[in-house]
Amino acid sequence: MLDIVNVSKRYPNGHLALSGLNLSVGKGEILAIVGGSGCGKSTLLRLLSGLDGPSSGEVTLSGSAIESPRSEIGLVFQEPRLMPWLSIEDNIAFGILGLPAEVRATRVREALERVGLAAHAGNWPRELSGGQAQRAALARALVARPEALLLDEPFSALDALTRSDLQQHLLDLWVYDQPTMILVTHDIEEALFLADRIVVMQPNPGRIRSEFRPQLARPHDRLDPEFQVWKSSLLAELGHASRRQTGEETFPAAAI
Amino acid sequence: MSDIAQEAEPATPRAAAFGPLFPSGLSWLAGLILPVGIALAWEVAVALKWADGRLLPPPSAIFAALAALTRSGDLALHVTTTLQRVALGFGLGVAAGTFFGALSGYSTPVRRLIDPTLQALRNIPSIAWVPMFILWFGIFETSKVILIAVGVFFPIYLTLSGAILGVDRKLVEVGRIFRFSHRQMILRILLPAALPSYILALRSGLGLGWMFVVAAEFMGAESGLGFLLVDGQQTGRPTVILASIVSFAILGKLTDWLLASATSPLLRWQDSFKPAE
Repeated sequence: MLDIVNVSKRYPNGHLALSGLNLSVGKGEILAIVGGSGCGKSTLLRLLSGLDGPSSGEVTLSGSAIESPRSEIGLVFQEPRLMPWLSIEDNIAFGILGLPAEVRATRVREALERVGLAAHAGNWPRELSGGQAQRAALARALVARPEALLLDEPFSALDALTRSDLQQHLLDLWVYDQPTMILVTHDIEEALFLADRIVVMQPNPGRIRSEFRPQLARPHDRLDPEFQVWKSSLLAELGHASRRQTGEETFPAAAI
Repeated sequence: MSDIAQEAEPATPRAAAFGPLFPSGLSWLAGLILPVGIALAWEVAVALKWADGRLLPPPSAIFAALAALTRSGDLALHVTTTLQRVALGFGLGVAAGTFFGALSGYSTPVRRLIDPTLQALRNIPSIAWVPMFILWFGIFETSKVILIAVGVFFPIYLTLSGAILGVDRKLVEVGRIFRFSHRQMILRILLPAALPSYILALRSGLGLGWMFVVAAEFMGAESGLGFLLVDGQQTGRPTVILASIVSFAILGKLTDWLLASATSPLLRWQDSFKPAE
């Protein structure tokens, strides 16, 4: 469905952020991209969303090149990025302004109920907690019913409890339309909990180091011994990627 | 109560300890303390012959002049004429400043084309335009209204284009993700985001409109508060001059209050600093 073919990205300042990247993501698949800072994860997401274009290679959705943002692709940013001058319901309607008013109202109402913000429809963004604001941002992306949903470290600024709650919530929301999801994260547990497949990236220049397909039964249970085994493997792999970056002999796994 | 619990108690704020100066709803009275205080002090100083009341008449004389102008119907005529000029000039200046400010903020090529010229024109003193405007538009209303519009235009243009350039790139990216057209991007993201600065610019532009109307009414006007100023000077009546100045102050404050009140609902969303009472 989403294909990245031999993609490189060089910024105007000469920095090569991605080099020769190849990746395919199937319909309805949940893919997590992990890796240290500066390995090009967010750059890759910007190419997939159409916000930026590749320097070479091609990014396609169902065979057609992504050259600019498309209605079939939704993006959830690291910060909620809600418009502070709009109420929560108007923020959620922001992505479907082209639809007839009745359809828009129905979809927004449904989305508010799904993310548990029906009681906050008329609130200003400043009146929401961080977790509620990010749920509103999720609703804004999902209300357009995208075929693919890109998430750029969407829960990284939240406390552990809210993060865990929203991870489950994301899976609950995914069930409705089952869009293809690509999640960029620093959090190994988050990647293992949510994803069917995990891609580990390494920097200088950004490229794919390895892929994991954890054989875990849905729903993924963090306390499952198998989950912990996969977590250790991923940590070790990230450690190798990090050593390549820093040149260190040992890797402080506990730091991840 | 334990020592720890005592330490945890917040210190009583000063405002809470002494109470606010005025009861709730009457806090605007605080703004009258200074002008009323100065007026009373001046009145007493003139009454006790500590100051000469001929060149700077006491408030009682100014209010007497105002009352006489009101009874004769002259004040209403002058106020109405000046208000019309300010309203027209302000409207024109706001329309042009908003259009060019939005365009210059949004489009780099347009900014490169018009901004250097407008920045140069901005530095020309208002009074320098008077002879040209009289030549171009005549001595009557058009030249006066255009002079006021010029005064209003620049703060609106400058603030709006700067505010648009300062809009958070992250919000603009949300618009890009939803494939907003140029028009949608301006109307739905850039202008709302620039609104707090724009409203301040409107208030600043209105203030300049009141300043420029004086210069405009010095250009051979037959009525208006600016004309009243000149008339008071030529006929040696400082009470009339001061009555005109007081009228300008009251009208300026009133229109600013109206503008601030009309626009404040548009900024309810702001999560801004609110100083303690």
